[in-house]
Amino acid sequence: MVPEDRSGAATAAPLEVHGITVTYGEKPAVFSADMTVRAGELTAIVGPNGAGKSTLLKAVLGIVMPLAGQVQFFGLPLDKARDRIAYVPQRASVDWDFPTRVIDVVLMGMYRQLGLLGRVRQAHRDAALHCLTRVGMQDFAERQIGQLSGGQQQRVFLARALAQQADLYLLDEPFAGVDAATEKAIIGVLKELAEEGRTVVAVHHDLSTVPEYFDNVLLLATQVIAEGPVSTTFVPELLHKAYGGRLGAGQVIGALAETV
Amino acid sequence: MLSDALLLQLGYNATLVTLGAMMLGLSAGVAGTFLFLRKRALVSDAISHATLPGIALAFLVMVALGGDGRSLPGLLVGAVGSAGLGLAAVSFLSNRTRLGEDTAIGSVLSVFFGFGIVLLTVVQSVGQGQQAGLEGFLLGSTAGMLRGDATLIALSAGLTFAVILLMRRPLTLAAFDPGFAEVAGHNPRRSEAILMAVVLAVTVVGLKIVGLILIVALLIIPPVAARFWSEQSDRVLLIAGLIGGVSGYVGAAISAIAPDLPTGPIIVLSCFGLFALSFLLAPQRGVLAMALRHIRFRREVHLQQGLLAIAQGQPIYESLTRRLLIREGLIRADGVATPEGRAEASRRLRDVARWREIRNDPALEREAALYDGLTNIETVLTPDQLDALDARLSPQAEIG
Repeated sequence: MVPEDRSGAATAAPLEVHGITVTYGEKPAVFSADMTVRAGELTAIVGPNGAGKSTLLKAVLGIVMPLAGQVQFFGLPLDKARDRIAYVPQRASVDWDFPTRVIDVVLMGMYRQLGLLGRVRQAHRDAALHCLTRVGMQDFAERQIGQLSGGQQQRVFLARALAQQADLYLLDEPFAGVDAATEKAIIGVLKELAEEGRTVVAVHHDLSTVPEYFDNVLLLATQVIAEGPVSTTFVPELLHKAYGGRLGAGQVIGALAETV
Repeated sequence: MLSDALLLQLGYNATLVTLGAMMLGLSAGVAGTFLFLRKRALVSDAISHATLPGIALAFLVMVALGGDGRSLPGLLVGAVGSAGLGLAAVSFLSNRTRLGEDTAIGSVLSVFFGFGIVLLTVVQSVGQGQQAGLEGFLLGSTAGMLRGDATLIALSAGLTFAVILLMRRPLTLAAFDPGFAEVAGHNPRRSEAILMAVVLAVTVVGLKIVGLILIVALLIIPPVAARFWSEQSDRVLLIAGLIGGVSGYVGAAISAIAPDLPTGPIIVLSCFGLFALSFLLAPQRGVLAMALRHIRFRREVHLQQGLLAIAQGQPIYESLTRRLLIREGLIRADGVATPEGRAEASRRLRDVARWREIRNDPALEREAALYDGLTNIETVLTPDQLDALDARLSPQAEIG
C-alpha cells in the first residue's frame, strides 16, 4: 500500500505482518491484514468498535491464535524476539484485587531476567523504582494495586513494560478511561521512547488526539483500510472508508483540525 | 493424650503419619493458592471425585492379577489415571464447547463419582473375606496406615511443594496477567499444565489421609485464610502453606488418639479453625479490623462535618454528630460550642480554604490530588508551602 515501507522491510522492520486472519467462530474479526511498522516512530491502530484492533494486536503477539498469516519481529519469529518486545494489556484484563503491590507488578517485567530463582536485589528494586518515576508513580511503590485509580493502574502497567527494556512497545488502549494527567504522563513517556529510537504501536480510540500523538496510523475495519504517515493516511476520505456512517462529519473535521 | 499426640509421643508410626499429614497440608496450601488466585478452586473438587473409579478399578485389577488389592502405590496409580481423565474432560468441556467451567466441573464430578460408587459396590461383592477398606479413601483414614505409605505421602507432598516454590514466578504471572505472561515468554499454558499436575498429585497423595470428598477443603481454605493476612502473593503462598501444614499436623495428631474418627473431617475442621481466626483477627482485611476502621472513619467524618457546621454557624442535625462532639468536649450538652470547639472549628474551616486554594496551583497538583475531605493539609504540605499558601489566602479573607 505504501511503497517506501516495502523497501524498508529489507532492514527488518520492528513488526511486519502479512495476511493475518483471526476468527471467532466463523466470523472473521480481522481479515488478511498486512502491517509494516516503522522503527523509532509511534504508530496508532485506529478503527471503529469491533474493527478488530485489539484482536490484531493479540494475534500478532500469539495471545490468540490466528487462522492464517505471518508475523515477524525485527525479521525474526516471535519466539526469537521476545526479549525485544514489551506488551501493555488492557487494564480491564486483570484482577486488581490480586495480592500484589505496585513495585511487585513492575518487577514482573524483570522475571525473564531474574529467572526462576534469581533473588530480587537492590539493583532490581532501584531499576523498578526508576521506571515508576518515569510514569510519575514513585510515591505509590508500596501500595496494593487495588487502591489505585484507573489512570494509576495504567501507568503501573506502562512502568512494568519499561522495566522490560524492550525495543518495541505494543499497547492495547493505553488511554482508555484514564484521567488527563495520566494521558499526559503516558504520551510523554511514549514520545521519550521514540526519541530513544524505540518503536511504539498503540491501539487507540480517540481520533482527536491521533495527529498530535502519533507519526503513523493504521486504519482498520476488519480489513486494513490504509496504512501510512498521519499526514497522508489520516484524511477524511480514508476515515470515512474505515468508519462508514458511524463517524459524524463533525468528528472528522474536529480530528483533522489539529493536523492543519 | 492430646499433648502426647501433638508432641509426637505416640510411637514411630503415628509420628510418621502426623508428619506426612503436615507435609500434605503444606503442599496443598501452596498448590491451592494458585488455584485460588486463578479463581479455579473448584477444579480440584472435580479431580478428587474423579479418583474414585480409578481406585476401585485398580483394586479389581490387582486382585484379578492375584496380588494384594490394597497396595497403596497401585491404588494411587489408578487414582491418577481416572483423575487425569476427569481433568481432561473438564478442560475439553470448558474449552471446546460452549459450556462454562462450572457446568463442566459439576457434570464430571458427579458422573465420575457415581461410577466410582458403583464400582465400589462391585469391589465389596468381589473382595469377600478380604476387607478392602476402600471406604477409607472417601473420608480419609490414618488408622492402620503402613510406614511405607506414610513415607510415600510425605515424600510426594514434599516434591510438589518444591515444584510450586520453583515455579512460583511463572505461576504468579499466569494467574495475574496471562496475556502479559504469554508475550514475555512465560508460557501460561505450560504453567497451567504444571499447576494442574501438581494439584492432581496433591489430591491423589491426600486421598489416604484426608479422603477424596474433603481434599478440596485443604486446597481452598488455607489460601483463603492466608489472603486475610497479606497483600503480597509470595507471602500469601507461604502463609497458606503454614496454615495447611498446621492443620494437617494437628488433625492427624488428634486422629491418632481418636482412631474411630475419620481423619479428613478433623483436618478440615482444624483448617477451618485457622480460617475463622484469620477472618476475625487479621490486622488489615480481618472483619474486626475492618469494623473498627469503619467506626473510626465514620467518627472522623461526623466530627469534620459537625465542626464545619459550627464554624459556619449552621445547626447540627444528626444526633450521632452531636454525641461525638459532646464526648470530645467540643460542644456543651446544650449544643453551644466550647472554646476548644470554636478553635478547632475555625482551624478546620481554614484547612478547607487551603485545600480549595491549592487546586488553583499547578505546582501543587500532586498534593491537591490527595484531597479526600478528611486529610489534614498540614501532613501534606511543608511548613514553607503552608506559609506561602496562607499569605495568598489572607488578603482574600479580608475582601470576603
